[in-house]
Amino acid sequence: MGFEYAPAPESRSIVDIKASYGLFIDGEFVDGRGSSFKTINPATEETLAEVAEASDADVDLAVKAARRAFRGWSRMSGKERAKYLFRIARIIQERGRELAVLESIDNGKPIKESRDVDVPVVAAHFFYYAGWADKLEYAGLGPNPQPLGVAGQVIPWNFPLLMLAWKVAPALACGNTVVLKPAETTPLTALLFAEICQQADLPPGVVNIVTGAGGTGQAVVSHPDVDKVAFTGSTAVGKAIARAIAGTDKKATLELGGKAANIVFDDAAIDQAIEGIVGGIFFNQGHVCCAGSRLLVQESVADEVLARLKRRMGTLRVGDPLDKNTDIGAINSAEQLGRIRELSEIGVAEGAERWAPACDLPSSGFWFPPTIFTGVTQAHRIAREEVFGPVLSVLTFRTPAEAVEKANNTPYGLSAGVWTEKGSRILHMASQLRAGVVWANTFNKFDPTSPFGGYKESGYGREGGRQGLAAYLKGADA
Amino acid sequence: MARIDVRKTYKLYIGGAFPRSESGHSYEVADSKGRFVANAALASRKDVRDAVVAARKAASGWAGRTAYNRGQILYRIAEVMEDRRPQFEEAVRQSEGITAAAARSQVDAAIDRLVWYAGWADKLAQVIGNANPVAGPFFNHTAPEPTGVVGVLAPQSSSLLGLVSVVAPVIVTGNVAVVVSSYDRPLPAVTFSEVLATSDVPGGVVNILTGDAVVLGPWLAAHMDVNAIDLAGVAGDAELATSLEVAAADNLKRVRRAPETEPDWTNDPGLSPMTGFVEHKTVWHPIGI
Repeated sequence: MGFEYAPAPESRSIVDIKASYGLFIDGEFVDGRGSSFKTINPATEETLAEVAEASDADVDLAVKAARRAFRGWSRMSGKERAKYLFRIARIIQERGRELAVLESIDNGKPIKESRDVDVPVVAAHFFYYAGWADKLEYAGLGPNPQPLGVAGQVIPWNFPLLMLAWKVAPALACGNTVVLKPAETTPLTALLFAEICQQADLPPGVVNIVTGAGGTGQAVVSHPDVDKVAFTGSTAVGKAIARAIAGTDKKATLELGGKAANIVFDDAAIDQAIEGIVGGIFFNQGHVCCAGSRLLVQESVADEVLARLKRRMGTLRVGDPLDKNTDIGAINSAEQLGRIRELSEIGVAEGAERWAPACDLPSSGFWFPPTIFTGVTQAHRIAREEVFGPVLSVLTFRTPAEAVEKANNTPYGLSAGVWTEKGSRILHMASQLRAGVVWANTFNKFDPTSPFGGYKESGYGREGGRQGLAAYLKGADA
Repeated sequence: MARIDVRKTYKLYIGGAFPRSESGHSYEVADSKGRFVANAALASRKDVRDAVVAARKAASGWAGRTAYNRGQILYRIAEVMEDRRPQFEEAVRQSEGITAAAARSQVDAAIDRLVWYAGWADKLAQVIGNANPVAGPFFNHTAPEPTGVVGVLAPQSSSLLGLVSVVAPVIVTGNVAVVVSSYDRPLPAVTFSEVLATSDVPGGVVNILTGDAVVLGPWLAAHMDVNAIDLAGVAGDAELATSLEVAAADNLKRVRRAPETEPDWTNDPGLSPMTGFVEHKTVWHPIGI
């Protein structure tokens, strides 16, 4: 059952996208020495801007600038550093709508998510860590907390500005300086953030932003004068980084892939569970490392859950990311769309049953309808590999022990969901699931005070909360 | 005629039992002056694998013990060691070539360290975990959990204090361990395993292999069912340590890096030996009626 909605587009006149962008090094936008690349709107395939691709020499300049700035920034009293971070948080709030629109244009995510989730949480993250800057000695991470130095940070395209905030805010609060590389397909909000740093009069070199692709990222993490590597992205690249920094003194935080189980017991509040399943896998087009991409539903309620889930999926609106009624926006890139299609076809070929509601997809841009697979076994690739798209694999179980066994049967361990009205079962499941974040009777909730990060091959280290400070302080292990 | 003494066979400790190496190999252990003392079992790659299987089997049971119970068991290890002080003092003196007084102080420190760690069992979560005041109607808290099976390359010089200092933090946090002892000084580790076997430590929680970290380290570092590794035993060998870190990246093991030189184990350990092998789990639940 669908509802008709008139278009309700958010105006994009609030953003002013330049024709081309340089690199942000030592407080200034400078031309890169390498080539450049285009960033496009994935909903329309229009070119948005030409962006510099930082070469090794550019990265070296950025690291040098960060190193020079480290001396002053790390010796500045925490009280003063805090005020810069509070300023940044406030400017993000002031320019929130602009950031949200730009994020939706460059990334393809629905404006209601960029406006109501990404940007508010970004501001909150800076606000939270601002308050830590002058309280580090109270964090319980040792008597004389000291910054590590220059942090090389590489972030993904799924939450461009939010991942920037997760990286930059704690690093700066602890007195480190940063060289950050945004994702190739989503550089624009990071470049707008550079402008915000200028508006905040942040000392030059404290934040440097180098745009580019994998090669630039490699140059950042392997630069010999980088003391700390923070990476969010694929497990394959995370492993390559772990190998690259072997034998060095570099500290690393790796926030990698996931294949989260979202477990629904027969006594769950089904309506809430359906909303949680939908939010768990279709939020941000499923471009979420902690997405609930494996639904484990107790056999006795499987038919009912599936029927209601399909009905609910029929009401999801796929389309223009800037339309305020849109639930599912554009897939971020042609490459990602190819991967989602490939794995979905493999799902069918391996014998799972594919279902998607009828929905009209725009003729240009990259789109994939919300999709579920039933009859999935644990051996199917769609149950094992991260699809990173709006594709849900449905499996069933009979007993709590079987649910635990299936949920943990993955090399990943980032997140998990549990739906049941029985408190003791929630706590039992929470203790048995090998995952860094367990959402019980909720899913995909994020907060600056709440540590986030994985077990096993989902990486190590935590971002957010008091534990997030440990990643940026010497000798501190929260 | 003088009585002929009955010599001990020094064996491996795997899954609570004392097997010889499946390879059938042993090696000569000498004292600090090069005199033959005993043949120790020379652990092989297969012994490493068997030990990992035994450790994995013991992991959930040990992690599921209450923190209070784990603390009691660590304290029990200290008690049993105290009871066997002369044996440990002699083994350390012979292995490390130090005076009887120096050996005594090493044994003292090792026992005291176990007592120190025993007390951490039910406190670490309170010190490094916390409630998180999220901006919404949710209960949210973060607490440490064991990471799982930890490979431990024990220090080469400090045969007992060093060993205890790397094993105790691993097990007090609910992990299980596969330990490779000092190659040249393995006998205190064998005696320690006999203590473990009589201290209510469930079989498989600590597995001790006598052998060469240079040979066994790569298998342990590359084993896909090992969750973390402590490289203390290859301190000073930067090339080997780097290759072990590279191997460990295959399943993103948590790595406690090899120091440039073996540290003074009498120093206050701090929390990092424990925090390096725990995972922080954050649990959310809505608050409502």
